[in-house]
Amino acid sequence: MVEKRPLLDFITHAVLIVGALVIAFPLYVTFVASTLSLEEIMTVPMPLLPGGHFIENYSQVLLGGSTTGSKAAVLDMLINSTVMALAVPLGKTTISILSSFAIVYFRFPLRNFFFWMIFVTLMLPVEVRIIPTFKVMADLGLLNTYAGLTLPLIASATATFLFRQFFMTIPDELAEAARIDGAGPMRFFWDVVLPLSKTTMAALFVIQFIYGWNQYLWPLLITSDESMYTVVIGIKRMIVGGDSANEWNLIMATAMLAMLPPAAVVLLMQKWFVKGLVETEK
Amino acid sequence: MEKRVVFRSAWLPYLLLAPQLAITIVFFFWPAGQAVWYSFQLQDAFGLHSEFVGFDNFTALFKDPHYLESFKTTAVFSVSVAGLGIAISLLLATMADRVVRGALAYKTVLIWPYAVAAAVAGVLWAFMFAPSIGIVTYVLKGLGVDWNWIIKGDQAMLLIIIASVWKQISYNFLFFLAGLQSIPKSLIEAAAIDGAGPARRFWTIVLPLLSPTAFFLLVVNIVYAFFETFGVIDATTQGGPAQATQILVYKVYHDGVKSADIGGSSAQSVILMIIVIALTVVQFRFIERKVQY
Repeated sequence: MVEKRPLLDFITHAVLIVGALVIAFPLYVTFVASTLSLEEIMTVPMPLLPGGHFIENYSQVLLGGSTTGSKAAVLDMLINSTVMALAVPLGKTTISILSSFAIVYFRFPLRNFFFWMIFVTLMLPVEVRIIPTFKVMADLGLLNTYAGLTLPLIASATATFLFRQFFMTIPDELAEAARIDGAGPMRFFWDVVLPLSKTTMAALFVIQFIYGWNQYLWPLLITSDESMYTVVIGIKRMIVGGDSANEWNLIMATAMLAMLPPAAVVLLMQKWFVKGLVETEK
Repeated sequence: MEKRVVFRSAWLPYLLLAPQLAITIVFFFWPAGQAVWYSFQLQDAFGLHSEFVGFDNFTALFKDPHYLESFKTTAVFSVSVAGLGIAISLLLATMADRVVRGALAYKTVLIWPYAVAAAVAGVLWAFMFAPSIGIVTYVLKGLGVDWNWIIKGDQAMLLIIIASVWKQISYNFLFFLAGLQSIPKSLIEAAAIDGAGPARRFWTIVLPLLSPTAFFLLVVNIVYAFFETFGVIDATTQGGPAQATQILVYKVYHDGVKSADIGGSSAQSVILMIIVIALTVVQFRFIERKVQY
């Protein structure tokens, strides 16, 4: 702080506290709603203190879903989401680190062409090629499979760029020394490049875990079978109609369960998260 | 940027690139090519018969008042989301940069919405604003506002803007905070010694130095509003009422998946691809010349 200004300090904290309250309010309402009975939620205004139906609501959704909307158990959905949230970062890291290693440490015909091919995928998000991608998945028989859920999401230009950028900072002397000692490219990759890339991989993992967990449009398109729903899709399927037709207590319990794992990852791995976010976008 | 020391192998680099390229071709180039191909075709509803119709799908689109309306909706939506999101997070980041006490606590609360899925964010806000039982609706009624986004188009738009901004604030906040922390303290101190107050310092030093970050965030936020808010809309208004919240991406989905109009939907996809390419070019041209002050 450059100088003391008590009034400004007061305003600063006031703005931050108001901001934090507004940001956190939906979370609080969701938690409260997830502990109430349906009748309590339907009273206007709904109570703003937690009720006594926490265990009841959560065990209902975990094991049996909602009663009026989708009856798929949220526990299965959480497993599907976990598979997706782990497979996407693992797959993405693997294929991206290999391809950027090839692009940085080798000279070969068509190298630039391949680099541009990967670059162009930045411009083709799932949202703009909904119908044809769906057809491709159907032709390949990948609807309602884990491979279908994850494979199309693991190609990523940003991850390839991130590793390429990092590899450029590895001193040439290391590669030189490895070559003089008679190490081949893969030996160099395993013993030097991979251990050095640990922090980059951790940062990428956090971001991609959240990305995989929160996917919506893609699973919506290719899962028609309840047993393949992810939890985000499951919430949507529990909403069946107008305000009063929905079992909001169960929907909100599911929403809490859907938010918890990615929020835990963000908060517990804040350092990696911030690093990953700021660096993947460079 | 090129490496001086490289390895030699006739086949290894291709092998290393193969998985990435295979996925890129199968899931990106093939479908994108098909989107272009379908956009020139007219198919019957069962996909049994199709004929080449040239640019008919495109001309039909630009004669369709719903499609033109969707452009306007998208413009209003994305400008509001980007503008509000950037303004609010700039305010919060500037404040958070000033505090010493409690900085970590504020930061933790402000960044967690990043972890919430767009569709879940939509559901949370739709619940709080629900016309009959919502807690915010109750407060609004007390203030004399007749709130019902299920039948009022402008209120539906407001709802999806709020939900989308809420989710995006964390992202903008982190970038602004990183930007603020990289401004040399000596500049601020020098200005303070010269007698510039906090407001003056903000306008003449901090804001110009943050403008590259702000511009970067503008592009990112517009891309976000164009594409990633699909979940917010599908979980709340589904484009309604009466297409008041049908942004371009939602219309591609609606026409293609729900109305099975393959040609029309693919033509819209092609137009969207052109928009994304334009946005990406803008983003990368800017990043090439990162800071120019």
